[in-house]
Amino acid sequence: MQPIQGMTDREMDDLRRQMLRFAQQQLQNDGLAEDAVQEALLGALRNREAFAGKAAYKTWVFAILKNKIVDQLRQGRRFESIEGASGDVDEEGEVAAHVFDQQGHWLQDESPRRWGNPEETLKSTQFWKVFEICLDQLPGKQGRVFMMREFIELDTEEICETVGLSMTNLNVILYRARMRLRLCLEQRWFAAAQ
Amino acid sequence: MLNCHEATRLMSEARDRQLSVSERLHLRLHWGICTGCRRFRRQLEQISVLSRGYVKLNREDNDVSS
Repeated sequence: MQPIQGMTDREMDDLRRQMLRFAQQQLQNDGLAEDAVQEALLGALRNREAFAGKAAYKTWVFAILKNKIVDQLRQGRRFESIEGASGDVDEEGEVAAHVFDQQGHWLQDESPRRWGNPEETLKSTQFWKVFEICLDQLPGKQGRVFMMREFIELDTEEICETVGLSMTNLNVILYRARMRLRLCLEQRWFAAAQ
Repeated sequence: MLNCHEATRLMSEARDRQLSVSERLHLRLHWGICTGCRRFRRQLEQISVLSRGYVKLNREDNDVSS
């Protein structure tokens, strides 16, 4: 890979790794993820004069990557629907059974805690490691759909169409993803920090 | 009256669709009596903020020049 905008080889490697991780989580396919990252980097290379610095360059490659991913997801929709028919709305994902009692109230030890100052959290390198661990724990479809919604900020209609889900199923999957991620962050970070 | 399980589902859905007047009223009543769900609501907001922060970080970290 050619160096860009004064980035060191190490920084380029890091960027590539971040992009690959992002693409793999979205596409669930290493080959397709590699292709998408490669195309995004090549696309950005053609226009590299346009960037004043590293930040602008990174924003740009990630914007290209995001478009490649959305294209891929759209192309893959047919297959995805078949996979969806195997009923993985119910995949392992129900955290609710472990945090609520029979009446649907928070179990005493499971009631949400105060998370403190988000600005502080955003600055902690250590926190982001925990965040990634928690993201990785989301079962396949929960992770993908969550990232489409909260990372790429697609609207819900677009996600349903792309992944081949009904709105009701999407609501359920997003709920489970948020419950699981919330619990993981609370246990591994916020509770530990108190 | 909503229980916490139902309330958390509505709070999640509120981030993806417009809740009805009645759903919002039920939630408000529930928050009035439930500390856990008030915190849950705040945590969902924080999860969105953190998610955007994560994406931004992945795009911009290591940056010192611009």
